[in-house]
Amino acid sequence: MYFTWFNLMPWPYLPDDFRERHRSIWVDIPNTLYDPRKGHHLYHRYMNQLEYAEALGFDGIGVNEHHQNGYGLMPSPNVIAGGLVRRTSRAAICVIGNSIALYNPPIRVAEEFAMLDVLSGGRLIAGFPVGTPMDTNFCYGQIPSLTRDKYAEAHELIRKAWASDEPFAFDGKYTQLRYVNCWPKPIQQPHPPIYIPGGGSIETWDFCIDNDYNYSYLSFTGYKRGKLLMDGYWEQVAKRAKDESPHRGAFAQTVCVADTDAEAERLYAEHVKYFYNRCLHIYPGFADPPGYRTIKTLKYGAISNLTEDALAKFPSLTWKELVDDRYVIAGSPETVRQQMEELVKGLHVGHVFCLMHVGDMTDEKARHSTRLFAEKVMPRLRDVWPEWKHDTRWWIHPMEDRLQPEKHLEVTR
Amino acid sequence: MNARTVETKRGAKVRVLEGGRGKPLVFLHGAGGLFGENPFLDRLAERYHVLAPELPGYGESRGEELLDDMLDFALHGWDVVAALGVERPHLVGHSMGGMIAAEMAALCPSDVDKLVLVSSTGLWLPEQPIPDLFAMLPFEYARLLFHDPEKGAALLTEGFDFSNLDALADFYIANSRRMAMAAKILFPIPNRRLSKRLYRVTAETLLVWGKSDRLTPPVYGERFRDAIAGARLVVLDEAGHMVPYEQPEMFVSVVGGFLG
Repeated sequence: MYFTWFNLMPWPYLPDDFRERHRSIWVDIPNTLYDPRKGHHLYHRYMNQLEYAEALGFDGIGVNEHHQNGYGLMPSPNVIAGGLVRRTSRAAICVIGNSIALYNPPIRVAEEFAMLDVLSGGRLIAGFPVGTPMDTNFCYGQIPSLTRDKYAEAHELIRKAWASDEPFAFDGKYTQLRYVNCWPKPIQQPHPPIYIPGGGSIETWDFCIDNDYNYSYLSFTGYKRGKLLMDGYWEQVAKRAKDESPHRGAFAQTVCVADTDAEAERLYAEHVKYFYNRCLHIYPGFADPPGYRTIKTLKYGAISNLTEDALAKFPSLTWKELVDDRYVIAGSPETVRQQMEELVKGLHVGHVFCLMHVGDMTDEKARHSTRLFAEKVMPRLRDVWPEWKHDTRWWIHPMEDRLQPEKHLEVTR
Repeated sequence: MNARTVETKRGAKVRVLEGGRGKPLVFLHGAGGLFGENPFLDRLAERYHVLAPELPGYGESRGEELLDDMLDFALHGWDVVAALGVERPHLVGHSMGGMIAAEMAALCPSDVDKLVLVSSTGLWLPEQPIPDLFAMLPFEYARLLFHDPEKGAALLTEGFDFSNLDALADFYIANSRRMAMAAKILFPIPNRRLSKRLYRVTAETLLVWGKSDRLTPPVYGERFRDAIAGARLVVLDEAGHMVPYEQPEMFVSVVGGFLG
């Protein structure tokens, strides 16, 4: 089992009446709510937490891309990852990921991911999301019904750029380049492990299976609701006669650990509610523009993460509902272990993205929960998949003689 | 009106409503598509040979994948005219259909007899931005599209049984299919630089706007008037963006008066 410590990097200073005064935390959130001086402290606090997670033994540390979003402060996850690689030496750097349809030209992603892989000594996990409608269509102006086509072309270009030893011309519908020549190239060959974060489009399953990519289901609604979609994915894997390695799949889950179940509520309830009640306040008109999901997906009846119903429900969810319905896994180390095991086995995944800093959680509490998870939960979940223990196809392969971060800089005169 | 399906040279299968005799008049619908009932077309068919094709993705027309950008849409318009076997028709375009008709007239100026643009999109005035149709919830449409939102809402949902969940799912999918297509030329800003090409329009042009158009207010009509040589603008009272549906009598009389 692999565990990645993941931070969405929420803005923790949203006013109490945020929902009443503003229609959305995403896309048209007033940027007067952002204070760059507080932002300075916050970035460093969040990056310190990610580095702390490596020190405690998490296998990976994870960042992602969102735009104009009050719960995600990383329009460029590569900038954050560039900082993390300098102060860590072991953990996978999971950039989940770069929305490749947004980069013009997309060769930029091939270059920056190669830079991160080289800088980290081969520790990059490269995520290629199609991107949410909020980010991709409303913030970055991509035409919904052409987004997937543009994504597919960008993917082809990046893979070719990493693989080719000679400059080549690329005549795409969206990108034309006379000389594609990726410089630098990644350490991990033929490419870093590629993860496809999915929300609920069934085309993504075949794309992952065709290319042997990891399918990562990222949702905030927990593993019980995730099961419908993950089951669909595994059925498709079986249909396509691929092996059933759990490392083909990953899942993101909010997790809070305390000494007891009651203590978990006392410590974390307010912060979890900040996230669900305030951070998921998204205007439904931004959630599903026509053409973003294909007719095939619509007909399958796969429900988007952010249906009007779900969005309407988030603000009033209580701690009890959040915990009982497993939106969050929270409680004593034993409670969390049991539920994590149910998640891992139920969804058949070999990798969990643990969302351990939630909403406006303080640094102290985030570290407390993280430490308890690393010391009392993680070790007892390591061997859930003994028969797939040596399957490293979806894991990093760092170079052995990579440099370690210098802890103390000596200044000589 | 009768319906028939024609296939364009490019391979799109297009359903066309057809009726009447006389001079051919091609009507291009807006982003919402044709309604179940289109009384203004029936009235126009009393005087003209009316042809109202549905864009791929609308109704039963297919071939969405063949059309990606503005040039594709405009050439498709001419391909449909060719497939219908009519020559030098009047072009009447409503909303998005106006944008397509104007592009067609700019591309092939001598192939259009007269041009009518109704509440047309295609221009963008930063001081009067067009509201974002694609980030809107269905219940918000009527207020934007009609002078009388209450009557408008009834028109939009006419004959629809909201208690039938299957029908609701079908409606959702059909709406998604239509608007996904419209987004190719309207998203994120409904401006594909038509303003650079309007000087090429030589057809005699009438612009019809509803005074209460809250989507593309009459100032857009004024800009079209300024950009197309000799164009005339008529602004109708008690009409919004959906002027042909909201004031069919007045609309037909103004258009008929112009086309002769």
